[in-house]
Amino acid sequence: MKHKAMSAAIVAGAVATAVAGLSSTVPAHAQAKEKCYGVSLKGQNDCKAGPGTTCAGTSTVDYQGNAWTLVPKGTCVTMDVPGGRHGSLTELKRDLPEA
Amino acid sequence: MRSSLSHPQVDAASFGRALLDPQSATPDGLTGPDGQTAPKRFNVYRNNVIVSLSEALGETFPGVKTLLGEDYFKALARAFVTAHPPLSPVLIWYGAEFADFLDAFPPLQAYPYLGDVARLEWAWLQAYHAADAAPLDPARLGEVSPQQLGDVCFTPHPAAHMVTSRWPVWAIARANRFEPDEAGAIDLAEPQSVLITRPDMDVNVFLLRAGGAALTMDLLQGQTLADAAGRAQEEDGSFSLSDCLSDCLAAGAFSGLLLND
Repeated sequence: MKHKAMSAAIVAGAVATAVAGLSSTVPAHAQAKEKCYGVSLKGQNDCKAGPGTTCAGTSTVDYQGNAWTLVPKGTCVTMDVPGGRHGSLTELKRDLPEA
Repeated sequence: MRSSLSHPQVDAASFGRALLDPQSATPDGLTGPDGQTAPKRFNVYRNNVIVSLSEALGETFPGVKTLLGEDYFKALARAFVTAHPPLSPVLIWYGAEFADFLDAFPPLQAYPYLGDVARLEWAWLQAYHAADAAPLDPARLGEVSPQQLGDVCFTPHPAAHMVTSRWPVWAIARANRFEPDEAGAIDLAEPQSVLITRPDMDVNVFLLRAGGAALTMDLLQGQTLADAAGRAQEEDGSFSLSDCLSDCLAAGAFSGLLLND
């Protein structure tokens, strides 16, 4: 069964309202995150994506350099951790667990 | 020369069958270093198969697991794993049939919403592992001439999924998985539909408003904006195209738009 399409004028009006509303507010996905290495406390790193990816909470030292956590976009590299250390968008060689 | 080499080989089909059926005997020809059939070793392996797949299921469906409790879920997972062994070696794709299995599982008939909670959790995982893509910039719609807007079709974002339900699936999943501390009262008579997206790194689950489910479903399937809006309006008199379209765009449900000539 063919449904009645909405008229072009009504669609155009609604789209204009929707687009205008969106440009004045921050869209939900703009609260973006980034992976930040070297800032999570031991056992609190992220990475939980279902089976086979169970690395969440596996870091064993505080601020472990190769463990990441999600933080708001743009805040990672300015994040201070004790001892003058900072977060990084790439893996760090510091604070690795002893082999 | 090792004696086991002279024993007949076990074929894969009978090995696989025996793995999933604890009642069946250790396949002939499966021997230990002493050359004798090795039921204990086989049972260890058999148990590991069931337990690892059950754990995978629990990690994909943590909300269902919370709803049923550890013990019930463990027993249920065992029944599922036995009936639905993996079809792919990729563990993140294990459990596609779990929602249908829950719907049809006689002891759970009093909890008819469980299947839809599982569908939502499955869609969450698919969205998580979907290809990355930039969501459509709403400003692109502003560049289309008003006469042509009704003919616009959208390209679905690779991570966009929908779950429509006769049950309050969003409220139940929220209380048992996503925001357990924020849980309010759940009205089992309220049907809910959700849109699941991953415009960036995080998966988002949105509750759709009146008429929003019909519109979003049609748009994700490639219907034109005028057709989808017309059907949504017939389905729900209170439907607002600007609100529902705004939800889709803000959620990142689309990755592009096409003009249908």
